[in-house]
Amino acid sequence: MYNFKWTLLMAYRDFRQNKSKLALFISSIVIGIAALVGISTFGDNLSKDIDGQAKELLGADAVLSTNQPLGDQPLDTIATQKSTEINFASMVIFPETGESRLTQIRALDGQYPYYGKFETTPIEADSVFRSGGREALVEKILLAQFNAEVGDSIQVGEVTFRIAGELEGVPGQTGITATVAPAVYIPMGFAEETGLIQVGSRLNYVNYYQLEAENLDEVLKPYEEEWEIDNVRLETVESRKASTGRAFANLSSFLSLVAFIALLLGSVGVASAVNVFVKEKLASVAVLRCLGVSSRQAFVIYLTQIMLMGLVGSILGAVLGSFLQIALPNVFSDFLPVEVSTDVSWKAVGFGLGTGLLIALLFALLPLLKIRKVSPMMTLRPDDGESNKFSADPFRWLVMFGIVLFIFSFSFYLLSGWKEALGFTGFVLFAFAALWGVGTGIMWLIRRFLPLSLSYPIRQSLANLYRPNNQTISLIATVGLGTAMISTLFFVQNQLLEEAKFADKEDQPNMLMFDIQTQQLEAVSQKVTDKGYPIMQQVPIVTMRLSEINGKTKKDNENLVEDDRLSRSLYNREFRVTYRDTLIDSERLVEGKLRTYNSPQDSIFVSFDAGYAGRTGINLGDEIVFNVQGRPIKTYVGSFRNVKFNQVSTNFLVLFPENVLDNAPKFHVIITKTGSDRESANLQAEVVRAFPNISVINLGTITETLENILGKISFVIQFMALFSIATGFLVLISSLILSKYQRMKESVLLRTIGASSKTVGKINTMEYFFLGTLASLSGILLSFLATWLLSRFVFELPFRGAYEEAVLVYIGITLLTIVLGWLNGRKINNQPPMVILREG
Amino acid sequence: MSILSVQQVSKIYQSGSRKLTVLDNVNFSIEAGQTAAIVGPSGSGKTTLLGLCAGLDYATSGSVVLNGHALENLSEDQRAEIRNQHVGFIFQNFQLLPTLTALENVMVPLELKKRKDAKKKALELLEKVGLADRATHYPTQLSGGEQQRVSIARAFANEPKILFADEPTGNLDTETGDMIENLIFDLNKQLGTTLILVTHDPELAKKTNRIIRIKGGKIQEEQYV
Repeated sequence: MYNFKWTLLMAYRDFRQNKSKLALFISSIVIGIAALVGISTFGDNLSKDIDGQAKELLGADAVLSTNQPLGDQPLDTIATQKSTEINFASMVIFPETGESRLTQIRALDGQYPYYGKFETTPIEADSVFRSGGREALVEKILLAQFNAEVGDSIQVGEVTFRIAGELEGVPGQTGITATVAPAVYIPMGFAEETGLIQVGSRLNYVNYYQLEAENLDEVLKPYEEEWEIDNVRLETVESRKASTGRAFANLSSFLSLVAFIALLLGSVGVASAVNVFVKEKLASVAVLRCLGVSSRQAFVIYLTQIMLMGLVGSILGAVLGSFLQIALPNVFSDFLPVEVSTDVSWKAVGFGLGTGLLIALLFALLPLLKIRKVSPMMTLRPDDGESNKFSADPFRWLVMFGIVLFIFSFSFYLLSGWKEALGFTGFVLFAFAALWGVGTGIMWLIRRFLPLSLSYPIRQSLANLYRPNNQTISLIATVGLGTAMISTLFFVQNQLLEEAKFADKEDQPNMLMFDIQTQQLEAVSQKVTDKGYPIMQQVPIVTMRLSEINGKTKKDNENLVEDDRLSRSLYNREFRVTYRDTLIDSERLVEGKLRTYNSPQDSIFVSFDAGYAGRTGINLGDEIVFNVQGRPIKTYVGSFRNVKFNQVSTNFLVLFPENVLDNAPKFHVIITKTGSDRESANLQAEVVRAFPNISVINLGTITETLENILGKISFVIQFMALFSIATGFLVLISSLILSKYQRMKESVLLRTIGASSKTVGKINTMEYFFLGTLASLSGILLSFLATWLLSRFVFELPFRGAYEEAVLVYIGITLLTIVLGWLNGRKINNQPPMVILREG
Repeated sequence: MSILSVQQVSKIYQSGSRKLTVLDNVNFSIEAGQTAAIVGPSGSGKTTLLGLCAGLDYATSGSVVLNGHALENLSEDQRAEIRNQHVGFIFQNFQLLPTLTALENVMVPLELKKRKDAKKKALELLEKVGLADRATHYPTQLSGGEQQRVSIARAFANEPKILFADEPTGNLDTETGDMIENLIFDLNKQLGTTLILVTHDPELAKKTNRIIRIKGGKIQEEQYV
């Protein structure tokens, strides 16, 4: 007797009276869908724009780079245009103020970039720079930092340039790159004159080519092997596009996952609200069953309504998301290498609609399935519930399995790896289970140990937390997870900065000078000690490459099957190595022992950083041949050290014994400790003035750069966490509205039997206070756990609880909950009891 | 001809290791067109018996044959269809669907039977119970007596062969209760429906042909009026 048309009619009739309530359920997913559609649209546009602006990403058709002069290259004759660049890290001085900073110097010759352009202020600065004079282009951030202006001077090595313009954009470069290593472009003609291009300097040589070839791959292929042997890196538009695309596909997937978390939070809201809705409907379902409606029909009547609202919610979310994405290019501007368009992506809209509908269906099904098991006997005995039957319902387990499968499939789609997807699914389940566990535990404790000696309003408000149909658990899950996300961010950020500042204590160095030539060493040391500062470390550094491991060259390694192959980075890396026979404070021996080298008959045993060796596949006893600037040196891996890299100190992946590298070309590092930031600045200025090739980093600069970068990253993460917080509060608002009627009845009853408005208000305020407290504390607890895990396993730092920030987060979230509760409860307190009784 | 036959029916609830016998080997049958009242003290098993007779619940043992259908052999959905075809209900607390208007509430059983004239017939029934002018009102906009009149109209809508009423006047004042009683019996007479009602009210019980007195889950006495 299934009558689908009638079922839809009944769904419509019921919906007329429920639409405002159902709208509340669905509002929970609107923000999540909006975030998802916004991010997906942004991702689609970004990928499209990376394709469209691929040439501008590189600025040339092919780029060759290496740390040796490139010499004549076969491409020189084929190319229609060629530009050359030498880049290196060096100090610059602003003579007007005497201030200095480590920057990336780029000495350029030619018309690079061929695609896209240097964006400068003033616009003509680019042509002035190329006019042949002592003109430099300086990154905007650097000018801002030192209050310098166009027309001022900048000293690079021994040459002083006029600042021709402020550099706002370079093809393919992001704001973050400019923050970490701000660039100063100088004409190639003055590179030698600066005195910075010397043997032992860490230079990078680059050739930019414009090639008019139909099939670039074919043109380049014959030379690739030779470049590989010579350690020349080739980049083409395609390879840059692929690496940039990959990086941003990862970013987009990561952001989509954050949006997905917001959506999952909303889903908890949906499930919990539908649960309340279903409980209200059980009596009606029993009546329908009495009148002859089948369980399937009754189920479809309510399912239809939920799906309809799911669709409405998803459409609203998709529309909102399509507007939201207009703002995203600004939010991510510091990370983007291309101009991102803001077109609507129908693919993202479809994806959002599908996800919204599926998530509404899955999470509503769980409570909705109860309808199938309602007995018509409930019409005669309202408490004749079917809870036992329901818990045994196999469909319930099927739906739960469906939810887990959905989370897994969704993350698999975004992460493209089953291990990662499994990890994410595990994380989501753990986070929800942890919050559920904390919430349930606290509620159990309240219930078990609620002292009768407490005043009535406090007891009543605490008891309200576990009243029937309460939303406590779902609120703890949603607001808690949002809080956890945002506080983890605060705590980690705080931890990193504290760690950097912590380094500035009594016995720790705060200034590092490097690129010191052997002949300058004595004079620099003198300068430092004359000022009364200690030479805490003086370290020689030799650069070398690895040419063989256990007899296998780079080429042999390439020919091995993937499982046997060692990390390519071993062969491509330039190792900066020091030599000594002892360990320093930041090192600890974990395997093998340090062995000295006393005579030419001895074998040379080197020590590797244990973590690096583990990552790259180096084992104790391996035979390694290093190429020390042309001379091969055969060594053996004699020990592994744990190296702590987060201190102002020289730390090395590879440590040689003394007496091996004494005569190798080298430069030196000096580490010292000044009394204050001012003293550091003065010493830095003096050293750089006297020895322009020496680079200086002081702790103040590191902290400042770190704060700058963290500020930019945290803005993005805060923006994303906002979706979760907003969803959490939407769920809070909707559950407050849903429980309004119940609260009204209770309040009216209390007022009828003589409770003053003040007492009722106190009970409600206390309830919201406890709810806010539970939600925020659960989130903060979870974030402490996350911060501890991140500190322990990712940053390898001692955990420092950000207790002040935790108190601020707690106060903020709790206050917001109380305010929302008050706004919702105004009507209860302002109306005489009779008005509300009549409404009931 | 008997329209309802209850043979050796027992209902036992299991609560942990404890068994609670609510109905113990109950036997009776009702002829078509008869009116009967099930009376007894609270907790005697009246409502449980009514629920079993109407096919709202399964007996632990025994057989209930309603209009020729042995209910114990039918699934819940098959019994729902029997209820739609042959049974009407009136409840103590009216049990109107709160999201439907008075008219729509009465139309539901007719629409389930796919009657094309559902609206016309429902309006006629509302007219009969004196509520034609309140057809578009929702239950919350009606008084208790009005709600019970809508419930009566709905109960008679599918022209049931048998009508079950659970304390139909229990939530109403005396005057309204009398009016509802008269309405039920008048319609019952007009349409020749079998009526089984559960009540505490001896005056109401006396209006039926037969009184089944139940106590401790067993029939204590049957009395023909």
